[in-house]
Amino acid sequence: MTTIEKTGAEPSARVEDADGGPLLEVRDLHVEFHTRDGVAKAVNGVNYSVSAGETLAVLGESGSGKSVTAQAIMGILDMPPGKIPQGEILFRGEDMLTMAPEERRKIRGRRIAMIFQDALSALNPVLSVGYQLGEMFRVHQGLSKKDAKAKAIELMERVRIPAAKERVGDYPHQFSGGMRQRIMIAMALALEPDLIIADEPTTALDVTVQAQVMDLLAELQREYNMGLILITHDLGVVADVADKIAVMYAGRIVETAPVHELYKRPAHPYTKGLLDSIPRLDHKGQELYAIKGLPPNLLKIPTGCAFNPRCPKAQDICTTEVPALAAVAEQDGTELPGRGSACHFWKETIHG
Amino acid sequence: MAETEKDDKAVDVTKATEAAAAPHGITEVTTVDAATEDEAVAALDAEVGSGEPILQVRNLVKHFPLTQGILFKKQVGAVKAVDGISFDLYQGETLGIVGESGCGKSTVAKLLMTLESATAGEVFYKGQDITKLSGRALRAVRRNIQMVFQDPYTSLNPRMTVGDIIGEPYEIHPEAAPKGDRRRKVQELLDVVGLNPEYLNRYPHQFSGGQRQRIGIARGLALNPEIIICDEPVSALDVSVQAQVINLMEKLQDEFNLSYIFIAHDLSIVRHISDRVGVMYLGKMAEIGTDAEIYDHPTHPYTQALLSAVPVPDPEAREGRERIILTGDVPSPANPPSGCRFRTRCWKAEDKCAKEVPLLAIPERFAGTDSLAAHESACHFAEEKDVVHA
Repeated sequence: MTTIEKTGAEPSARVEDADGGPLLEVRDLHVEFHTRDGVAKAVNGVNYSVSAGETLAVLGESGSGKSVTAQAIMGILDMPPGKIPQGEILFRGEDMLTMAPEERRKIRGRRIAMIFQDALSALNPVLSVGYQLGEMFRVHQGLSKKDAKAKAIELMERVRIPAAKERVGDYPHQFSGGMRQRIMIAMALALEPDLIIADEPTTALDVTVQAQVMDLLAELQREYNMGLILITHDLGVVADVADKIAVMYAGRIVETAPVHELYKRPAHPYTKGLLDSIPRLDHKGQELYAIKGLPPNLLKIPTGCAFNPRCPKAQDICTTEVPALAAVAEQDGTELPGRGSACHFWKETIHG
Repeated sequence: MAETEKDDKAVDVTKATEAAAAPHGITEVTTVDAATEDEAVAALDAEVGSGEPILQVRNLVKHFPLTQGILFKKQVGAVKAVDGISFDLYQGETLGIVGESGCGKSTVAKLLMTLESATAGEVFYKGQDITKLSGRALRAVRRNIQMVFQDPYTSLNPRMTVGDIIGEPYEIHPEAAPKGDRRRKVQELLDVVGLNPEYLNRYPHQFSGGQRQRIGIARGLALNPEIIICDEPVSALDVSVQAQVINLMEKLQDEFNLSYIFIAHDLSIVRHISDRVGVMYLGKMAEIGTDAEIYDHPTHPYTQALLSAVPVPDPEAREGRERIILTGDVPSPANPPSGCRFRTRCWKAEDKCAKEVPLLAIPERFAGTDSLAAHESACHFAEEKDVVHA
């Protein structure tokens, strides 16, 4: 709370957040897409929450519903064909799904901002980056063009773009990939939001640049005490920055855990398989463990546990009963805080 | 266009014989002088013993001309995508090539495939310089060197069935399979890469990313090649599918006695699959050695920075590990820095680095020692530093 407040146009909303409740809470969210081939169930009952200053990593493969959940939170889902038949998205206790569009627009960008994966296609190629950054101030705070431009330069300096003053009039194609991603971060930070959703922010970048960008993001998050939802498929990035992790598979959360716990003792066969299937940098392994089969088709999610056709531990019960996200406990029964696993055989997986 | 080509030829390069004099790793090239095309083709079909060099690259250069003007194009500069690299590929091994985007690793792949013509330098395949071959001899080379591409979504023609895609190499090289036998061969290939042989008449869009990459691999295997060049073969795939494809590639290598050149930016995967690894930076080879030499005993600052930037999937390691965060981006290959190309981002750079181009050789201080640090590194101030282990 001791951070430098530079905007000053409005009192910062973070000060109210003294009760310690979660910033954002997603409850039993369902998203489906109505297509010509049938209904694709992209998200099937997702629950998670993020508090101020906390980093939640949502881990999953393509098609697991991690990005769709984020889009539903931001309210940028294409509807139709998308549909949210069920669920709540509570931001500071208020359900954003039942809110008037007017009110929701006030939250979007100002309170919750998003960083997209592909900065080149997320930025408008025919407008200068300064103009695009300034748009946030013009629209939300009614600043003049001149003031907005000054703010844009300030932002570019804050994300450490060299020679910001000279480059403010440049167009997106004149920047390198890493610099473009910094501009995306600057844009998300513009109004000092309470929560940032970063959807694969470094996937398109080289490792050396990825390290720069992740460092910057972590530093800014600390400075502003923001909540961060990091959506990624990279287990390495997650280990580096996350506080807690939610692993998604076929539109459900199959495991939640604090970061140290998950890597040490996974409680779901899917998580375990993922961890075993990545090669290591620090030693040369033997043959890689490979999860057999393919991720399921969302039009035809297998009955019971969606992972059962690929699971080495699958039994009859797995094809008939959907496992709920159950609390995970030690062998002697003491509950492990923050841990949950949606597997009928989590005991065997974690302790066996 | 013709004019620029003449210019390209004018670039001065050291001869292969001089490169052969370089120490360690780079072996001498025994060239084959084939007087007729028949002799050349026969020499290309000869067997190479395991552990012998099968492909020898010497001072390979590729400059893409930058032109100005519409009617009278004049060359105003060149993008130095590949600027003099030399390495050997041994029979049956996997050579990994890593580097950031824009360092020229994909251009190397295209040059080895003779999809691009080299500005200068030689690529010896079984003693013959393939950059100078043409006609039947070049076709024979292309049969033996195949490629697997990065993006399984765009490297397969959406209007062709899987059977036609995998069987297409036989149209160009009819000697590889008689016409009546092709269908059976294609089915065999599908089986080898782990796909149902009955999928012959399906189209690429009916397959997932991992399955498409298997189709790409089957196409690469169709002509029984000796070398497969893989350009980022798994970077478009999901983690769980990546492991399947990597395991398949390792299995096929044993089964068909293949040599791989494995180009990727994911350093963990490269370590897993490679016997030797080369690190490229801005068109030059910065460091090359066995996987343990490069990963456990890197001596080039760029390799150290690259390795330290890789996030390790172990949260325990995040406090203990030293991170070298490079500043800035890769300079433009059209106007690379003088001397050592890495000096603009290097924390060790001194005046010497701006003046003298460091040669790729075993650093003097390690020469003659048993240490794993004694491998080729192009740095004036090569120094061992373990950045991978916490």
